[in-house]
Amino acid sequence: MRERADGTWSLDETDLEALEIGSGILGTGGGGNPYIGKLRAREVLRAGYDLRIQPLDQLADDAQVVPIGGIGAPLVSFERIKEGREGLRSLRALEQRLGFTADAVGCEEIGGQNSMEPLVTGALAGLAVVDGDGMGRAFPEMQMTSYAIYGHQTTPSVMCDPHGNVVIFDHAISEKWHEIMARACVVAQGGASVMASAPMSGAFMKRYAIPHTYTQAIELGHAVIEARRAHADPIAAICEREGGNHLFSGKIVDLKRHFKGGFNVGVAQIEGVEGWSRSKAEIVIQNEFLIFSRDGEVEVCVPDLVVVLDLDSGLPLTTEVLRYGQRVAVLALPSHPLLRTNDALDVIGPAAFGHPEIVFQPIPTKEAAQ
Amino acid sequence: MVLRLGIDVGGTNTDAVILDGRKVLAGVKRTTTEDVMSGIAAALEAVIEAAGIARDAIDVAMIGTTHFTNAVIERRALDQVAAIRLGLPATACLPPMVDWPADLVEEVGGHRYLLHGGYEFDGREIAPLDTDGLRRIADEIVAKGIRAAAVSSVFSPINRDMEEEARKILTEAVPGLSVVLSSEIGRIGLLERESAAIMNASLLSLADKTVTAFGDALKGAGLHCPFFVTQNDGTLMAADTVRRFPVLTFASGPTNSMRGAAFLTGVKDAIVIDIGGTTTDVGALQKGFPRQASTVVDVGGVRTNFRMPDVFSIGLGGGTIVSGEGESLKVGPQSVGYRLTSEARVFGGEVLTCTDIAVASGAADIGDKSAVADLDPDYIAAVRARIAEMLETAVERSRISPEPLPVIAVGGGSILAPDQIGGLEVLRPENFAVANAVGAAIAQISGEVDRIFALDKRTREECLGDADEEAREIAIRAGAVAETLEVIEREDVPLAYLPGNATRIHVKVVGDMGGLDA
Repeated sequence: MRERADGTWSLDETDLEALEIGSGILGTGGGGNPYIGKLRAREVLRAGYDLRIQPLDQLADDAQVVPIGGIGAPLVSFERIKEGREGLRSLRALEQRLGFTADAVGCEEIGGQNSMEPLVTGALAGLAVVDGDGMGRAFPEMQMTSYAIYGHQTTPSVMCDPHGNVVIFDHAISEKWHEIMARACVVAQGGASVMASAPMSGAFMKRYAIPHTYTQAIELGHAVIEARRAHADPIAAICEREGGNHLFSGKIVDLKRHFKGGFNVGVAQIEGVEGWSRSKAEIVIQNEFLIFSRDGEVEVCVPDLVVVLDLDSGLPLTTEVLRYGQRVAVLALPSHPLLRTNDALDVIGPAAFGHPEIVFQPIPTKEAAQ
Repeated sequence: MVLRLGIDVGGTNTDAVILDGRKVLAGVKRTTTEDVMSGIAAALEAVIEAAGIARDAIDVAMIGTTHFTNAVIERRALDQVAAIRLGLPATACLPPMVDWPADLVEEVGGHRYLLHGGYEFDGREIAPLDTDGLRRIADEIVAKGIRAAAVSSVFSPINRDMEEEARKILTEAVPGLSVVLSSEIGRIGLLERESAAIMNASLLSLADKTVTAFGDALKGAGLHCPFFVTQNDGTLMAADTVRRFPVLTFASGPTNSMRGAAFLTGVKDAIVIDIGGTTTDVGALQKGFPRQASTVVDVGGVRTNFRMPDVFSIGLGGGTIVSGEGESLKVGPQSVGYRLTSEARVFGGEVLTCTDIAVASGAADIGDKSAVADLDPDYIAAVRARIAEMLETAVERSRISPEPLPVIAVGGGSILAPDQIGGLEVLRPENFAVANAVGAAIAQISGEVDRIFALDKRTREECLGDADEEAREIAIRAGAVAETLEVIEREDVPLAYLPGNATRIHVKVVGDMGGLDA
């Protein structure tokens, strides 16, 4: 990352490699694979556009920030790759509908493939992407953002497909309704579209975005790449950087999964190795890694981050690639305080994922640990 | 009685075996030669002599080869290819070969074309096929003197009509042009499938030459039987199919050794450790076939989505160097490699290798035993414990269930394996050293279907039934005997985030080759 005269940061190709890894770590097993998105961002960079990140504290209070994100089935996005300008067209259509000019692009979800779409759109539009997002991780549904939780109404919004079709959602009576209508539209558009949501003010972003998550993801990725290059322990590097906690290392001894209401649900049993060889752990999966228990006791749960890494490479694993016999390290990273309020827990706490019996016990944050 | 000849052409050794039904008559190992063919000829002569049979008694030959993988890795003998994608306006942001190493793109000419066409996930057209565009590309192909093309359409694993139509137009306009369709080669995942089709097209003239040379080597040895080549899933392609799909031979080596291990022991579910000179490959057998990798596989720097065996390699083999002692004891990863027979102590050299330890411990009797008589028994035990630990970690990684499966040790270096690994019994079949050639000799014929089915008018069970039937037909067309067909893989994955009307079904069936009921 290189600081520019205007105070924004320029990304280069190595930053994109790092973001691919870092957004995978923050994806906590979900959010889709960022590989295609990384290639798209790299092509845009090679075509001479700037990929820029804007620090939150430099955002004017009256700046207008438009969040951009991909929506649809990850499998479709690997086969029917995007045309490339869906995000730009959504942004322009929204500006036209509302009669304003966007000052920056926002990110809904830093975890997984949605970390890349705002960068591509921002570059093509000549705008920077604000250094923050609405989740600080990955979640399965649109309304599960700090933006929506703290009162941002995401309509009017615009959804575009590769053909050039533009659909405006003028008004939804709730965020849940917006999600339901958007899902129906994305199927008609071929299963993988891009959405621009109603703009947020700079003042709102500064207060309610999960801050610094682009720089966090990129630095995390660089830490892993560096540690691997130096043959050092990437897991220790991640914990050190994030105030994370290396909870467990072990081998997956049982893995049950099924589909429930369009979601990928399952449980992984892990038997400890190395210093944990006397313990057993369990991870509940629901698109993301949701709950970590050790010897029957819940230790970490959503919205705190349960991260599963390949024990040898330190690279993040998604829920789809987990399998019996894999050796994994499990880390806990603290979620941001904005995700830990009662209002937030109603939407993204354990009860919201069907586990009302679990009371969220936050793990210590980096600041508290120091 | 059916006599089968199996040949495995590896980077270091060319192995050959002759099987009489289920019985191994003879197995030999020869050094792979620069020109490949003279190594095959030497192995052939040796195995025929060792088996004591008449050469015209051999009914069929099966060859496993790393020749085409190596051509891509070493960037040699590749043809220029016109890479044509049908999918606009979608996919415009990532042209063909976008994630290839620059030197490989240059090697195949970097001729990329994007045209309107392709399908949505539910079968609708993204756009009608741009036939005028195809004719313009045909003119360019003629002008540039390109002899091969690869055509990939979005969602062609669901509907390959546009790819077929494009081939028809291209070959009409450019007589003699070889056209590879992505739907003939890969599955869902556009870039990976397209890359495989382009690599395949770039290997066509090498394939033609190589298949002819294999045939000549066999004829030169007095063999006039049909021959087949093994593909990455452990099943066979007729020699003429290899001329069209050389890319399907990628990674057939580990598959053959695992299939050979299953055959030699009669065990169908096990962990296989193939210990060579420099590395040990470890993988899991399920129903007699290697478990497939779930992630993308990199060939020569290019991501592909071939179904390849999930094999884990560690730096441990017969030539692995042993150094230090106590806390600083090191086993590998350095190896003397193919210089084992001159540099290891028991062969008169100066370097202490794992083979020397095996001889000193009495587990093997090769070379000059007195050259390692000075080693301290405690030291030998410590090294053997370290080797056992390395193998145990690798075997643990490959276990796919808590069941106490046996471990099958094959490969020239399997003398290193202890009698038990992590509490699992170790089986050491006869002819362990040539398990890969045995795997080639017993390869079967397969049929595979992998695409998205719409469930709105039909039930999941009906769709699975359709997929089974389709896979069986493909296998029978490829030469399998219908009665021997067995489903070895069947999975259906509902598409997340789409309403419950679409599911991806993958079915694979295998059966014995026709006319050769062993």
